[in-house]
Amino acid sequence: MADALVYLYAVTDADVPEPAVDAGVDGAPVRRIVAGGLAAVVSSVDPVRFSEESLRRSLEDLQWLEATARAHHAVVDAAARTGPVAPVRFATVYLDDDRVRSLLAERGSEFAAALDRVLGRVEWGVKGFAAPSAAPAEPEPEPGAGPGASYLARRLAERNRAARGQEEALAVAEAVHRELAAVAAASRRYRAQDPRLTGRREEMVLNAAYLVTDDEALRQVVEQHTGGPVRLELTGPWAPYSFATLEEP
Amino acid sequence: MTLATDRAPDRDIALVDLLDRLLAGGVVITGEVTISLADVDLVHVSLRALISSVSTLVEP
Repeated sequence: MADALVYLYAVTDADVPEPAVDAGVDGAPVRRIVAGGLAAVVSSVDPVRFSEESLRRSLEDLQWLEATARAHHAVVDAAARTGPVAPVRFATVYLDDDRVRSLLAERGSEFAAALDRVLGRVEWGVKGFAAPSAAPAEPEPEPGAGPGASYLARRLAERNRAARGQEEALAVAEAVHRELAAVAAASRRYRAQDPRLTGRREEMVLNAAYLVTDDEALRQVVEQHTGGPVRLELTGPWAPYSFATLEEP
Repeated sequence: MTLATDRAPDRDIALVDLLDRLLAGGVVITGEVTISLADVDLVHVSLRALISSVSTLVEP
């Protein structure tokens, strides 16, 4: 391929086995660029399809986005099975191998520190949804009140109840996050997912990731909140996507 | 702990959960040698695209 670009998935330790994966994005084979004890996990990709302009347009294509995201994830996931990984943001493309080698050389100690932070750990996602509120008790009608006033009183009571329910769910979500963070090496919060994307009617009150050595304490926290105002869902284990940073924490 | 071998197949991973991590997580590398969309607000760009795509598929 003439002047292929280099798609970067993640940086890993050079000493660990190569990721066992058939293909990456765009069906491209996956290989490594090794320098200074680090390995960049990459694919050579088509320079037209992965130019900045093409990528910006491709991001608007849901089918492309899903296929490419899953292919990207398959590579990072495979890499995470053989050792610590610093996953790189989606759609990070280099001009050539030399540029990637320079990256590893210039920021080697930062990558090494990032790998150190996640060594022996995995990420778990926790999402919290506000449980549907219980049916309200009917307010006592005022003596002599007409049907209109009773209706308004009921509506007001419903609204107040819903507002209190939401406040409670948010407060419990904060408490859950504190408890989970207390048993994790690190935590990271994400914005609530758009209900138009999740298709969920309940309000999402927690969307977070936790870096742990094992999930037992995490699961205990989740279990303790069963039946409460916030329904918790676990996802994982994940490669440490949410904890890949080159800055000092 | 590294990833256990007995895990849910990829298809069981919700796309929205994956996109949270791929678009908002991961090392962000910017610089003149990189063609990278890391300096674009990927979450914003993609969600707008996704919402307009999904809204035509999902019932209101």
